[in-house]
Amino acid sequence: MKYMLIMNTPRNGYEQYMKWPKKILEANTAFMNTFSKNLQEAGELLSTAGLAAPEHARLVRAGKDRKSITDGVFAESKEFLAGYWIVDVESPERAFEIAAEASTAPGLPVTAADGTPIDHMWIEVRKILGSHKDL
Amino acid sequence: MMSPSPDLRVERLLRDLAPHVLGATVRRFRDFATSEDAVQEALMLAAMRWPRDGVPDNPRAWLIQVAQRRMLDKLRGDVSRRKREAAAAAEGPIATPAPLEDEAQLDPDDTLVLLFMCCHPALTPASAIALTLRAVGGLTTAQIAKAYLVPELTMGRRISRAKESIEASGVPFSMPDADERTERLSSALHVLYLVFNEGYTTSSGTELHRADLSAEAIRLTREVQKLLPNNGDVAGLLALMLLTDARRAARTGPSGELIPLDEQDRSLWDREAIAEGVALAGAALSMGAVGEYQLQATIAAVHDEAARAEETDWPQILALYEMLMRASDSPVVALNRAIAKAMVDGPEAGLAMLAPLQEDQRLQTNHRLDAVRAHLLERAGRRDAAVELYRAAASKTASEPERNYLLMKAAKLSEPTF
Repeated sequence: MKYMLIMNTPRNGYEQYMKWPKKILEANTAFMNTFSKNLQEAGELLSTAGLAAPEHARLVRAGKDRKSITDGVFAESKEFLAGYWIVDVESPERAFEIAAEASTAPGLPVTAADGTPIDHMWIEVRKILGSHKDL
Repeated sequence: MMSPSPDLRVERLLRDLAPHVLGATVRRFRDFATSEDAVQEALMLAAMRWPRDGVPDNPRAWLIQVAQRRMLDKLRGDVSRRKREAAAAAEGPIATPAPLEDEAQLDPDDTLVLLFMCCHPALTPASAIALTLRAVGGLTTAQIAKAYLVPELTMGRRISRAKESIEASGVPFSMPDADERTERLSSALHVLYLVFNEGYTTSSGTELHRADLSAEAIRLTREVQKLLPNNGDVAGLLALMLLTDARRAARTGPSGELIPLDEQDRSLWDREAIAEGVALAGAALSMGAVGEYQLQATIAAVHDEAARAEETDWPQILALYEMLMRASDSPVVALNRAIAKAMVDGPEAGLAMLAPLQEDQRLQTNHRLDAVRAHLLERAGRRDAAVELYRAAASKTASEPERNYLLMKAAKLSEPTF
């Protein structure tokens, strides 16, 4: 069964991350590389990606003339998607186990929108819908 | 089930033969799109059988025969093809045909004609790249998909659509006339350079090297160079690739982190590739008008010939970038000229040269200007401004290794020194 493990950051998470000290940045990068490599070697990783900082992101929809309307303002977003892993595992428990490990990535405590520090990031685990043959 | 991994020598041979087999088939049937599929099937059959049964005495004739048989089947329709496939599966190895009597079927220029066709300006770069790697390079759709990190079905569609565009544009399978040839060669070289760069530094993802693509670009450019030995652009491009690729082993650290040119362990550079590249770059300069590839190759040669970073002949590099500026209005060339200027006359002189570029629309979402300014500000001792620009560049780059490199530079600079 396939799951998407989603890592979100608070609104200013990227700015905080960019100011981490060198040692912590190094530890974080090393952790992420090893983590993905291990998942790949276990035959469980389907895909993973980190997303670029949201400052150049755009919201897009079609206008009345069906041409695109873009908007760069995310005033109402409290969180942004920072990255994800898509894994194929034997059980939901295994997906939770992987997510828990991902949450231990070294870093400075990030401050949430309401001011509380988050020491381990929450990882959102979402089941991916399959076709009837996966039932 | 996984298909058996074909032995490397067979794969190499098949890739060398691919354009010749395709050329012979297209010339007989005048149908590029279907011929290309037929040849691909013949290559896949050979990749499966030859490692097991041995390479036939005349591998090219074998492939041409199988491809042309497939072609006839395709023209006769799917029903008869399926029957034949069932029969072929039961019948075992294909007998080696006698060497071709009609050697007129073979033409060494096939590689060029195909390359011009696949890199036709009517195609988007992504389509031209995919089609070139399959039709001229003899790679399978699966291999190309893997190298570009896209699903195989997507890559398959990209290739089919490229073939449809070629058909719609009515490009004949023949050498373009002299007037058109220069322009078509320039599109083809551009496509090969894009393939090389994709392999050398990926624009996305965590793996910095996808060496296979660079090696393939070098192999194909070498083929073109054999056919056009006196063309300065071709020699220049091949030299540029060799001189750039020579630094591959020194370019990244143990966990994939970027190492800039001035900090690389030069003992890891590939001396043989450098010697070949330097000789070729020198020869390219004497072959007619000096274009961008020759100049870029000469700059790469100056870098590669310095035993230590401090021994780099920056005044010569600056002069070469001045020449390049006249040949190209690329803002990236202007950035590199500013770096060379800074190395010759100090960081403030380089920064002054960058000032007008801050208005250049083409650089607004690109990270390079911020990164170069950050480097020069760091060298000028303006730490706070450098840190800010390193971070700005990090938030703009689409390359993960590069983002990490830029963030590390910022982090290192913002920590107190004792």
